[in-house]
Amino acid sequence: MRLGMIIKCEECIGCYNCFLTCQDEFCGNAYEGYAAAAPKEGHNWMRISEMERGQYPRVKMAYTPKTCMHCEDAKCIEASENNAVYRRPDGIVVIDPVKAVGQKQIVGSCPYRVIEWNEKEQLPQKCNMCAHLLDRGEKQPRCVESCPTNAIIFGDLDDDKSEIAQLIKQGATAQLTPEFHLKEKVRYTGLSKRFVAGTVVFKDKNESAINALVEICGKKETKQTRANEFGDFEFEGLEVNESYNLKISHPGYEEVKLQCSTSADTHIGEIYLTPQV
Amino acid sequence: MSEKIFTQCTVGGPVKVHVENGRITKMRPIVFDDSQDAPSWHIHARGMDFAPPRKTTLNAYVVPERTRVYSENRIKYPYRRKTFDPKGERNPQNRGKDEYVRISWDEAIDIVSSEMIRIREKYGKAAITGMTSSHHNWGFLHYKMGPFGRFFNLIGYTNLLDNPDSWEGWQWGSVHSWGFHWRLGHNEPFGQLEDALKNTEQIIYWAVDPNSTSYMYGGQDVSIWKSWFKKLGIKSVFIDPYCNAGASIWADKWIAPRPGTDAALAEAIAYVWIKEGTYDKWFVENRTEGFETFRAHIMGEDGGSPCTPEWAAKECDLSVSTIVSLARQWAAKKTMLSVGTIHGATGAARAAYGTEWARLCVLLMSMQGMGKPGVNCWGGASSGPPMNFDFNFPGYSANGWDAFGIVAKKSYFPHGNPVTQKAYRLLLPEIVMNPPVSWTGEGFCGENIQQQFKHFTCPEPGPDGAPIKMIHRHGGSFISSMVDTNKWVRMYQNPNLEFVVMQDCHWQSETKFGDILLPASTNFEHSDISEWNSAGGYGHYEMSHNHRVIIYQHKCIEPLWESKPDYEIYTLLAEKLGVKEEYTEGNSFEDWNRKVFEYSDLPKYVTFEEFKEKGYFVVPPKADDKDSPVAMRWFYEGRPCDTPDRLNPRLGTDKAHLLGTPSGKVEFVSRSLTEFDKNDKERPPMPRYIPSWEGHRTELAKTYPLQLITPHPKFSYHTHNDNKTAWIDRIPQHRIEKDGYSWWPVRISPKDAAARGIKHGDIVKVHNDRAGVLCIAYLTERIRPGTVHSYESGAKYDPLEPGKAGSIDRGGCMNLLTPGRLLSKNVPGMACNSCLVEISRWEN
Repeated sequence: MRLGMIIKCEECIGCYNCFLTCQDEFCGNAYEGYAAAAPKEGHNWMRISEMERGQYPRVKMAYTPKTCMHCEDAKCIEASENNAVYRRPDGIVVIDPVKAVGQKQIVGSCPYRVIEWNEKEQLPQKCNMCAHLLDRGEKQPRCVESCPTNAIIFGDLDDDKSEIAQLIKQGATAQLTPEFHLKEKVRYTGLSKRFVAGTVVFKDKNESAINALVEICGKKETKQTRANEFGDFEFEGLEVNESYNLKISHPGYEEVKLQCSTSADTHIGEIYLTPQV
Repeated sequence: MSEKIFTQCTVGGPVKVHVENGRITKMRPIVFDDSQDAPSWHIHARGMDFAPPRKTTLNAYVVPERTRVYSENRIKYPYRRKTFDPKGERNPQNRGKDEYVRISWDEAIDIVSSEMIRIREKYGKAAITGMTSSHHNWGFLHYKMGPFGRFFNLIGYTNLLDNPDSWEGWQWGSVHSWGFHWRLGHNEPFGQLEDALKNTEQIIYWAVDPNSTSYMYGGQDVSIWKSWFKKLGIKSVFIDPYCNAGASIWADKWIAPRPGTDAALAEAIAYVWIKEGTYDKWFVENRTEGFETFRAHIMGEDGGSPCTPEWAAKECDLSVSTIVSLARQWAAKKTMLSVGTIHGATGAARAAYGTEWARLCVLLMSMQGMGKPGVNCWGGASSGPPMNFDFNFPGYSANGWDAFGIVAKKSYFPHGNPVTQKAYRLLLPEIVMNPPVSWTGEGFCGENIQQQFKHFTCPEPGPDGAPIKMIHRHGGSFISSMVDTNKWVRMYQNPNLEFVVMQDCHWQSETKFGDILLPASTNFEHSDISEWNSAGGYGHYEMSHNHRVIIYQHKCIEPLWESKPDYEIYTLLAEKLGVKEEYTEGNSFEDWNRKVFEYSDLPKYVTFEEFKEKGYFVVPPKADDKDSPVAMRWFYEGRPCDTPDRLNPRLGTDKAHLLGTPSGKVEFVSRSLTEFDKNDKERPPMPRYIPSWEGHRTELAKTYPLQLITPHPKFSYHTHNDNKTAWIDRIPQHRIEKDGYSWWPVRISPKDAAARGIKHGDIVKVHNDRAGVLCIAYLTERIRPGTVHSYESGAKYDPLEPGKAGSIDRGGCMNLLTPGRLLSKNVPGMACNSCLVEISRWEN
């Protein structure tokens, strides 16, 4: 058994219930053998990073809930002394609230920076997937229970029938930072990359250029789309920090060529098509 | 340690409350037990099956309730203002700056009751007024209509009329287009989810945030509906000057008109439809009247200019192509306009002439055949699940302002209060300081249309009128949630006001203006019984959640510090006034709970003891699996109304197929307004765009060029959750810490910020002639240039010079800035979104 989670960013609406619920479970509440009480405020074992994407008037928010990844190659286990951090048979990585006292090096060992330092207890602390509840027979951690959109899926990665195993098998999930190579058991879908968007307008009619053909071409990929009822087009999920060539065409109109980069999400603004002469 | 688990209900969902050693340790949503709890409904639509999660979801601000219960901001003891001496100098000028002296409950009740008796004898019962705030402690019995309402209607007081503060334009406007006065201007919500999932192609959210205010009391149960819309390919268009919380994640298209110009956009849409013939001519001919006059106005055939997209583009600061495209694809797709039912409230309806936009929304949807499959007004796309409404349990306003009266031997509402004088909340400062004051409109006008035209003066002329001498405030804060609230500071310091009581759980912005403070306990500290998210009355069956859940609200812990339940406080006062027997009728609180249980349909399923033991009951879905009757479908099809819209006065008559307007049709030209004042240029019989009296065209815009909009906050229900718990205050963008202070954000576009030398995270002064408020600048692309956004209801009025009206505030009380001017001449609503300001860096 290997317990894990999939966080579906495309379903996250930024309600902060998981962020708040985690505090409700642990702030001021100790669970002997599992976790010391987190401070009354200030610790976030589940946090949400907010990113504003694009420019007025094409803007969207990306919310990425972030917690302990329960890595199979956990750096915190390596960094701890006296087995103060250990992996349970079900895969949950736990910081022993007694043995870990004084071991501040554990905090800095995590590349994801999701371990907090409890100054009063002199203790590193983090998410334990609510192991104390699971051992009592409960089915899911508190953050999963509190999510209104089922954006956090919890289950056994080794159970082929579980939703979580099937999603991974489909190749639909990713690590938050694959470059760390930590075999994370918390995976993601819907992590934002970059978008390029714009609005195409027929200059002669001052109307949205519905159905204008838009092509974007980068080093690795070429994609096509058509402008919608508002003349809007959008290429989502582009690679970060690439250069792209953009071509907008419509029968009877001069083709427009533009260059853009994906160092940030980009709304090009209004692009005018002029009739061919 | 032994853990006990109780059930409770809050303003944002039912919870299980864990208690150890008499202290609350956690709060969790209720996860249903499949072996015992009723099953959920299913909707089959377009080859998919949709069913809600088997749990209650919570609004974010409910999750940290335990920290709010134990907040250091609780009013812990009864207090007397230090320089207030009821037998000597009252020093009203010190309200807001005085310290407080702890007193005993005996002393507090003595002072309050003897002041009530003194004022009644000297000036008459009408000299006392009071009011609750919305969304205080949840509970059928303890909600705002409960202990307060029964007490004051029993002893007699000047009823302080509520304004429909969150949806002004809908009550004062759209009632004259489609009736529904019994829903205060909102249409019925029934069956709309199923209709949308089966038929709708597009939802247009106009001036509404479905990812915050549309949840109302319903937790976040409806947010999963939006995932379903995505699965079905239903498109979402958002119209709002701010890319609101819903728009920022669900919008396929965001359109940002200049604030106050929404009615111009609506007129231009009508223009395109008329010009291109893309409106429902059958509906217009058979279900409406007055269209020809409207058509002539829109096309410029009545002597005015035509309402072209070119004209609207300049007014709204949008491109012509956007307006034309919006109109064309709206007409081409089966569209829900996400306003109309109450979950679409706020925004453009809370602005100068907000009546006009609200009415135009009704007319636009009439031009698209409102009521046919997939086409309707559906506020926030957040109500109308297929629930079983045959099961009876009263909503909190089912008996008006005496909830107990529904099961008592005698109800003191509507025929209890002997005082005929009325005051009006928005005008209370003027009524106290400069009487007499007159206005038109009876606040919540839910009984009939004529209430809107009723004229009032306070003090009431004649022997029964009296100047207001005492205010009893119960929960919440109007400083922060009403408009131009420096007026309230001035009012509280005015010598005309002899006595002020503040009864609340927490120190609110207004609390420090009280002479006597009475500490109330939260709903976790006393018992009650209620249905989740059930308002009853004018808001009956406006359900923004998935399962009807009835809760026995256990007393989880003893009242903290020296606080007491509101019912107990009023019982003590009733005893001193000699009316305890009338107030309680000899009932213990548990007797009241049991009577409500017996009044409901619960006894058909469980005993009181079983219900109390388990703590909640999930109402079974309807027995049959037929489609629910759909809102307005009966009107479209010309059948008698078949929805459970129980207060519809035409139900059961031979006119049950008609709307509540005088003609029974949608009225492009209102008969009621023609009769009342056909020459009213500010709410004319036929709606139209009227430039705001505090907007981009006014002279004031030269001095204060930025338009401030202040919608309801996302992470606080009015002032109840902000500034009570660090967990809420530390949500990014709720408040932001800087230099040891927790600041309220004002959102500004990078362009406007750069022009003023403002950087992200700077402390800035937002100011106009009315006030100055210090905020932290939050630079964002989510606000259109020229407009700035901040939430209202920051609960931390923190003037640099305490107690001085007009002092700069650093707590984020944005309603110090908003105008006190009423919506229009005959419309006594508040226009908080018509507010011009300038912003500059704060150097001190």
